[in-house]
Amino acid sequence: MIEFIILLAVGYFVGSVLEKKHYKDIKKRERKTIHVPIISFGAKQAIPEANEAALFAGSVVVSADYFKMFASSLRNLVGGNVVVYESILDRGRREAILRMKEQAIAWGATQVVNVRLETASIGNQASGGKGLFAVEVIAYGTGIR
Amino acid sequence: MTSRSSRQASSGNSGIIITTLEGVPGKEIIEHYGLVQGSTIRAKHVGKDIMAGLKNLVGGELKGYTELLQEARKEAVERMIEQANFVGANAVVNVRFATSSVAQGAAELFAYGTAVKVQ
Repeated sequence: MIEFIILLAVGYFVGSVLEKKHYKDIKKRERKTIHVPIISFGAKQAIPEANEAALFAGSVVVSADYFKMFASSLRNLVGGNVVVYESILDRGRREAILRMKEQAIAWGATQVVNVRLETASIGNQASGGKGLFAVEVIAYGTGIR
Repeated sequence: MTSRSSRQASSGNSGIIITTLEGVPGKEIIEHYGLVQGSTIRAKHVGKDIMAGLKNLVGGELKGYTELLQEARKEAVERMIEQANFVGANAVVNVRFATSSVAQGAAELFAYGTAVKVQ
């Protein structure tokens, strides 16, 4: 019981500190890369003329902390929004987009078009296990210049 | 960072242009060769699994897994490019990725697209 409470407390405090740090980092990098628009169309509509195109992909695997896992199992009893997991996926998605964008910017892209986002659960919670909650988020698109 | 290596995988290989668009900007498609695909199934090794289990306590990014999957995706793309080379294409358009967890501890990374020849 004591162990459990310690794990919860560590998960909660360290987890939320790390999350705040990550969000700060994400916001900083988002501001820095805002000059390159990302667009989710491009297949059927004309895109600005470009000479070169290349594929860029950014991916990240994010996981929940112990407290969040516990909170979600409680939430499971009554149903509804699992708010604690929403922030994890939000972080993952923004991080993946940023990684894609940063690669594209390093290459000299003026735009990233036809961006697709993909999410896959790779933890063993997906297959019925009780342990790891881990989600992979990929963002990929075509950089043009 | 690992992003650099995955970038090379996605863009610079043997001159084949890979895009998620339906064509290559500034160029015209002159021939279609049909679907090409590459896939790989990776299992995580025990060391990484234990590290990830510890990291799972506090949440956040699991770098070991991120790298593993990036490597695997690189390989899937390479296999797709190999196929495209084989049919004589010089570009792969409309590329899509998919990841699925096929068994406990193993994930399939999948990349597919349409091989074409552009001018």
